This record gives sequence, structure tokens and C-alpha cells, in this order.
Amino acid sequence: MKTLFFTQAIDDAIAQAMVDDPRIIVFGEDVPLLRRNLLVRFGPKRVRGTPISESAFLGAGVAAAMAGLRPVVELYMVDFLGVCMDALLNHAAKVEAFSGGKWTAPVVLRIPCGGGYGDGGQHEQSLWGWLAHIPGLTVLVPSTPADAGGLMLAALQHDGPVIFLEHKFLSETWLEFLGSGARRTVHYDVPAEGTKGTVPHKWEPIPVGKALLRRQGEDVTIVSVGLSVHHALETAKTLEKEGISAGVVDLRTVSPLDKTAVCEAVAQTGRLLVVDEDYEGFGLSGELAAVVLEAGISFKYARVCTEGTIPYARHLEDQILPNTERIYKSVRKLME
Amino acid sequence: MPFNLWLLYALMLKSRLFEEAIAKLWYDGLISGEMHLGTGEEAIIAGIVSQLREGDAMALDHRGTAALLMRGVDPVSILRELLGYPDGLCRGMGGHMHLFSKEHLAASSGIVGAEGPTATGFALSAQYAHPGTIAVAFFGEGAMNQGMMMESMNLAAAWNLPVLFVCKDDGWSITTQSESLTGGDLNERARGLGIPAVEVDGCDLSGIWEASQLAIERARSGQGPSFLHARCVHLEGHFLGFQLLRIARNPLREMPDIALPLTRSILRPRGGALRERAAGLKKVLSAVFSTLRDPRRDSANDPIQHARKTLLSYPVRLNDFEDQIKQEISDVFASALAEVPS
Ligand SMILES: Cc1ncc(C[n+]2csc(CCOP(=O)(O)OP(=O)(O)O)c2C)c(N)n1
Repeated sequence: MKTLFFTQAIDDAIAQAMVDDPRIIVFGEDVPLLRRNLLVRFGPKRVRGTPISESAFLGAGVAAAMAGLRPVVELYMVDFLGVCMDALLNHAAKVEAFSGGKWTAPVVLRIPCGGGYGDGGQHEQSLWGWLAHIPGLTVLVPSTPADAGGLMLAALQHDGPVIFLEHKFLSETWLEFLGSGARRTVHYDVPAEGTKGTVPHKWEPIPVGKALLRRQGEDVTIVSVGLSVHHALETAKTLEKEGISAGVVDLRTVSPLDKTAVCEAVAQTGRLLVVDEDYEGFGLSGELAAVVLEAGISFKYARVCTEGTIPYARHLEDQILPNTERIYKSVRKLME
Repeated sequence: MPFNLWLLYALMLKSRLFEEAIAKLWYDGLISGEMHLGTGEEAIIAGIVSQLREGDAMALDHRGTAALLMRGVDPVSILRELLGYPDGLCRGMGGHMHLFSKEHLAASSGIVGAEGPTATGFALSAQYAHPGTIAVAFFGEGAMNQGMMMESMNLAAAWNLPVLFVCKDDGWSITTQSESLTGGDLNERARGLGIPAVEVDGCDLSGIWEASQLAIERARSGQGPSFLHARCVHLEGHFLGFQLLRIARNPLREMPDIALPLTRSILRPRGGALRERAAGLKKVLSAVFSTLRDPRRDSANDPIQHARKTLLSYPVRLNDFEDQIKQEISDVFASALAEVPS
């Protein structure tokens, strides 16, 4: 075992895969500097910078994947997918269906997501529910360095388009680049287990579509993903002191959803709280309720999600993004 | 309106002092997240914004603070926005990348290239409902490679819309030297779409003023869009705390964190051939060395110093003038910081 930061773990897994598979190339804006450690090891043919032309380079990544490469395409932030959504929505996601299952586009999109550091509503969205809505796309949202590396390896071996979302709050590198700018005068409450952790010496793929029960609980099941998993775990500890036993399921994969794991946990507790940093309406939180209802399980339900456009001011952000206080209140209410 | 160096100098200096004080708030931790300043762009912004009239619109990028200030938006409300206060320009919802002022028809975006469609739409409304008014788009050279920017230029040309596309070219897109990823020449690109293009030096206030006067006149009189290409230098790099500038300013402190993992990666067994690794290293070093030789470090590239040279012939007047502006800006800050909402 060794200890790595979140972003280091992802880079490490990509490096391991690049050694084994010459089809893997990495490109995106500023990649030569952001991924300089890959660039000096694998050279400029495999690690490339792009102009600010997302529609072109993402679309090209999709087609290059169809033609046999395994591109890792990086976008600066998931919000900027708005510029180039066609490549995903109408192309990457459709190839397999349109070709009658004979052709796929094994492209991996690696994109920072998430908020809480004061960058405003055009730079802090999560959007995994929006992406998972589209058939044909796999959406991964890891919450620890070990999961991040293992899921990245799985993404690189997967036979279709994968969106791999890297939460900026878990990434030391991104939080410094975009949040603090190396200042000591701003403070971010980052979860220790999410940002740094032990990882295997040799990466093994973590199966896509498998959730993880991070904490056993008798009274209520909190289902979450990404950064919020840590908020859920922290709240579960507080609740334990008050005699409430809360379990925490970390989805890890948003699509395909691990319905079995969610239903099993909720069937035991009879209460489901979804903690989802994505928008509340028409998304993951509603989907989870539907899945458990369809399984015929009777349960009480609540959700803590992002309510509306994410404000710039940090104290306003705190009010609308999921946090321990909101999770605590929701659980107490579910227990009434 | 005739060219008035004192007036333009006042706009530029106010903006500079305003943004330098913002930088201090940022370093003090009163502003979180990214902070892109327009220091180094002031001559371009002042030369153009000073010629706008009531009803003209502006589409701004992630460095829009200077343009809003020069357009006459209340500086205290901008500052209180950056501090995240409820009585800020956008009630603490926008921040510096998403500043909006409906009464000034000014909209910002942090999405690179979005200024193209926005200015084009403002210009459509101008052409249709308010002939004689125009729209200006301010953006960087990196944005020129964004599809929607090129599409907007074509649309503006096809519909003969009153837009001024202003490309503030500092040569860098964050850590990327834009030229290395841009095909052809930007002025030729505009001309290829049927839009007249003018090249100006972003430090040359009178050159900017004259070129934009012609372009604005063209637009107002229904002769369609123009493209202005102005080279400039961002004195604070891409944003505050920018890693490449930190390296340039303090290599001994910043380099070890970068050099150690880099060396380890080059020496890792398995991976690219030696030739590939060397080529990779060359790329990384060239970005670092270009920063070390950075024009940002040369005051000849500072538009304010440039304009000041001429005004130095009137030392007493200049001194009083500058003192007055400094006082004004310090009053703005005192007033903006006076009351902290509970
Ligand atoms: C669509 C989109 N892609 C990427 C980014 C990330 N980004 C922010 S600023 C920037 C560089 C912009 O360069 P340029 O247009 O030259 O403007 P400058 O910052 O140099 O003024 C990039 C890539 C973004 N904000 N929007």
C-alpha cells in the first residue's frame, strides 16, 4: 500500500494503464502542464494540449475512440460540457445503439465537478444526474483516492463512453488551483479520508455499477455520492451519539445505478435519505425513490440536494449545497 | 467626442487602483475562489468604453470588472458583490465572473467564447429596435478558437449587425501559449468572414481610440461588424495566485514541488522511449522558461505607465490629478468595507 492524494491516485492509475495499453492518449486544455508528470513519461504524442474548442476536441475524442484509440479527454469543469454536449448526447451515447451493438466509443471524459469554494453557479455544478439521464453513458463519481484510481482503471477498460467526475473539493490540486491560489487566508473544510488515502501498489479495476456500504445502519439509509458521502458519514457519527443508527451507501457509479445495494439497505431500515449535490428536481434523488418504490419496498423518504442556482457568496453557498447540518435535520425529521 | 488623454487616464488609473485593492482583499481571504483581473488591459477597455453611449451594450468575459467600472456601474456595489454581500451588484449571487447590470445592458460570462453570441444578440436587438446603438464583445485570443465565437462572427456579418468584436490578446490561455494551438492569423480569420479587422497595440491608447472610433461609427451607421485585435499583457498572469507567475517570482520556493515529482516521472521504468520523454520535458520547460522571460515583468508593457509618460510634461497637474483619484478610490473602499452585514 501507498498513500496518495485524490488527483495523484487518478494520474497514477492512468499511468499504469498507459504502460499496458498504447491506445490510451490524454488530451484537453492545459493538459501539458496539468498532467506534466504523464507528459514527461509518455511524451507529447500521447499527452497533448488542445485549443479552447470543446466541441471539436470532445467530438474528435469520441470518433478517435470509435476508430480504435482509448482517449482520455479532459474538460476544465463539467459546467463547460454545455458548450459541447452534442458529442456526448447525440454521438458517444448513440453509436452502440445505432450500429446495432456492433460499434462503441470507448472514450473517457475526466472532468472536475462540484462546489463549495466560491466560484459561482457556472463553475460549481455537479450535473451527474443530467448526464446519467442519457442512455448509453456511464457516469462515475468516486469519493476516495482508492476508489478514484480503481474506477479510472475500470473506465479505461470499459467498452463505451465513460464520464469520470473528479470533485474539486476532494482534489488538493484543483482546490489550490481554483480556490485558494496558495493562500493561507481562506479555509475549506475538506474531508481527510476523501482527499488523501491508502491505495494499492498495483491498481485493480473496481467494477462499474457497484455501490459500497460505507457504514452499517439500522434506522435510516443515507444514499449519497462524491463529496457528500463524507458529509453523510460525519453526520452519521453525530447521530450515533444520539442513539440513531444511520447507514451510508456510497453509490460510486451514478449510471448504471446499483439498484440491488440500495434496495437491500432501504428494505432493512425502512427509511431513505438521499444526499445529492446535483440539483433536486428531475434527477438522481427522484430516481432513487422510484427504484425503491418499483421494488415494492415501503419506506419513508427525504432528500438533501442543491436547491437552485449555486450562489457565489460562500455563506449563501452553504445554505443551498448539501451539508452536515441539513443532513442532520433531515434525518431527525425522518425519525419523527 | 474628441480624444482626451486626461479623461482616459483617469478611467485607467481608477480601474487599476480599484483592481489592485481587490487583489489585496483576495490575498486577505475576504474573497474566495478564482480572481481574474484586467490589469494590463486598461487602455483597450478605456479607449472603447469611453466612446459608448446610452443604449449601447457590452458582453464581457471573466475579466469584466474594469469595463463595468468604466461604464459607470457603482464601484461600491461591485465591491460589495465581490465581498458576497446582499446589497452587492448581484446580491452576492454572481461574483466577479458573473457580473450583470441590466441598466447598462452589460452581461458577463465565465464560459470562454460566450461573449460572441451575447454581443451578437444585443446587436440584433439594437439593429431591430434601437438603430444607432451598438454592442461590444470583449474576449481573449483563446476564445477565438471557440466554435460559438466563429459562428457569431459569421452571423453578425451575414445579418450586418452593429457589433465590435474586441480580442484582447495576451498570448496565453491560462498555461497554454495560444499561438501554438491556433491555425492561421486571427485578423485574416475575421476578414475571411467578411469582417474588417484592425490590429492595434494594447498599450497605445490613442491608436485604440482611433481604430475603435471608426469601427463604432461603422456599426452605428449600419455598416456592420468590425474586429479589433489588440495585444496586451496581463500583469497578474491568468488569475491571482497563478502558479506560473509564482514560479517566475519565487523559483526557489515553488520549483521543488514541481521538479521532484517531475524527475521521478521521467525516471520511472516503463513508458515512453527516451526521445519521447525528452520531448515531453522540453514542452514543460518551455512553458516555465517563457514565464521566466515573461513580458509581464517589463513595465514598458503597462498601458498606464505608457499614458503617464505623456502626462509627465505637466508634473504638478498630474500629481494633483493622481492624488484626487487615489483619494476617490480609497473612499470607495472605505465606504464598501464600512458596514459588514450580520
Ligand atoms: C468553455 C470554457 N472552456 C474552458 C474554460 C476554462 N478557462 C477559463 S479562462 C480560460 C483561458 C481563456 O483564455 P483567453 O480567451 O485568451 O482569455 P484570457 O484569460 O487570457 O484573458 C480557460 C481555458 C472556460 N471558462 N470556459
